[in-house]
Amino acid sequence: MRAVSFENVCFSYGNEEGAFSLNNINLSVEEGEFVAVLGQNGSGKSTLARLCNGLLTPRSGKITVLGMDACDAANTFEIRKNVGVVFQNPDNQTVASIVEDDVAFGPENIGLPREEIGRRIDFALSAVGMEAYRNATPARLSGGQKQRIAIAGVLAVMPKVLILDESTAMLDPRGRKEVMDVVLRLNKEKKMTVLFITHFMEEALLADRAFVMHRGEIVMRGAPREIFSRADELETYSLSLPAVGQICRKLRQKGFPVAECLQPEELAKEIERCAFRQNI
Amino acid sequence: MRIQAEHLNYAYNPGTEFAVQALKDVSLTIEEGEFFGVVGHTGSGKSTFIQHLNGLILQPSAQKKYKPKKPKKGSPVPPPSVLKIGDFDLLDKKTDFRALRSKVGMVFQYPEYQLFAETVFDDVSFGLKNFAKEPLKPESIEIAVRNALETVGLDYAAVKDKSPFDLSGGQKRRVAIAGVIVTRPEVLVLDEPAAGLDPLGKKELMALLHRLHADWCRTVVFVSHDMDEVAQNCSRVAVFSEGSIKYTLTPQELFSRFDDLDALGLELPAAAKVARLLHERGIDIASDCTPDGFAEATAAYLSSLRKKDGGCTDAEKDGEDGQA
Repeated sequence: MRAVSFENVCFSYGNEEGAFSLNNINLSVEEGEFVAVLGQNGSGKSTLARLCNGLLTPRSGKITVLGMDACDAANTFEIRKNVGVVFQNPDNQTVASIVEDDVAFGPENIGLPREEIGRRIDFALSAVGMEAYRNATPARLSGGQKQRIAIAGVLAVMPKVLILDESTAMLDPRGRKEVMDVVLRLNKEKKMTVLFITHFMEEALLADRAFVMHRGEIVMRGAPREIFSRADELETYSLSLPAVGQICRKLRQKGFPVAECLQPEELAKEIERCAFRQNI
Repeated sequence: MRIQAEHLNYAYNPGTEFAVQALKDVSLTIEEGEFFGVVGHTGSGKSTFIQHLNGLILQPSAQKKYKPKKPKKGSPVPPPSVLKIGDFDLLDKKTDFRALRSKVGMVFQYPEYQLFAETVFDDVSFGLKNFAKEPLKPESIEIAVRNALETVGLDYAAVKDKSPFDLSGGQKRRVAIAGVIVTRPEVLVLDEPAAGLDPLGKKELMALLHRLHADWCRTVVFVSHDMDEVAQNCSRVAVFSEGSIKYTLTPQELFSRFDDLDALGLELPAAAKVARLLHERGIDIASDCTPDGFAEATAAYLSSLRKKDGGCTDAEKDGEDGQA
């Protein structure tokens, strides 16, 4: 089944066309897919995310989420149970004064039995590596830790679709990697559909597919590698290659026969191969 | 102004069950004119340290109620702490902290969340009016606000009467920075100034910091988690871990210590990751670990092989052209 599909969706805040408005969006995300969404600030990425779970309704067009019409208010509750969104700023997402209460908020809201809520808290906290903080106060945690709690709060509802709206932006590299590992595991093992909005090009590389948004439209789509092979086009949308790609591109411009690569391992191999060839 | 810290300790909630020793014997000197980076993973003490720099966190001895304790006989005497910024002694409760704060500007993480006034002009002028010893003339306020807004790259006439909340995220952050630099601080301290921005926004913000460093604030200290950003911008870097400073080095020296950084849970810049893998293969390429610098160094290395050994065959060269 399709997890999310957009047909000719248009949206604008207020009556005027402006920043964040969307223009004729068509997309589909299959269940179990890991899709990255890239784009400059104001390109409409977050608007897209909010349309997926009924936080916003489109001006025109059709949005279907897990077979349900997202424009029909009767489906909103069911859709939100199945589409969890983690936002950028964890401070805006904390509801309780104790970590486990915060994580329990979602499962309590959907009326799960007490024992199940306990299990969900265990699962969600261990998934984000925060078991030791079960009884801590979110206000006393660091930004990165708070964000992991926010993610745990969404995971505890076990949604089918997980949307992360720049959720790694405030984390340090270690925290970011932990979150990425969790998301990848949920995607691979639990077949959770993931829509991953990010400014980190390296993170987008891990996705099955990527969309690039610009001024409210999807301007590029395809496998991340395919998108990053179109570096010049990417630059016109104010995006850049991952740093390894930039190094690789510079070397190619200088006439060294390194293949296009985006991961450190590949580039190291290419440089070694190049050195070896030149040694002969 | 020179920043000098010696044997600095700090604990949150001392004497309670929430006690956390956030700084342990921290010594660091940042010279005037530096573009200084502070790195370390979450909870390593870097924010605690930088909040000391403009007296947001006061050492016990700088607090009003402080009375020096007589050391117990026989107990070891800890080395005396020092915390000085220019001529300000931050361990002395008689220090004029208000004057210090106008000289050391502090930009927090996500400063746009701290905008509050109805217009951009009011927001930017708030600190200026607050720090002034006597009421300022409207003309001088206007000049200062105009200067600050233009320095951060905003059009004064276009934004001054707007609500700061009607601006885009990047613009909001610029307004917030203008509100700090308007008092003409000599030291500018920023906590993850580029966090959450898109790649272009990051580039523009770092360019702004360099512009400020060149002709506005002599010393810039910034916290970052982005090692590529550190490699590309800092003169020196201090690495915090578990409340202590492990290293104070140039980015080039720091990022050649692959294993040490691993042990501290810090990421390497992309170029250093490649350099490390090449090192394991017996190829050593020293560079400043920026993409450009590393590409240059690699090109130089490969060319040196070419000169020595005659280089690629023509057939291979044709192959290159085909690829490019």
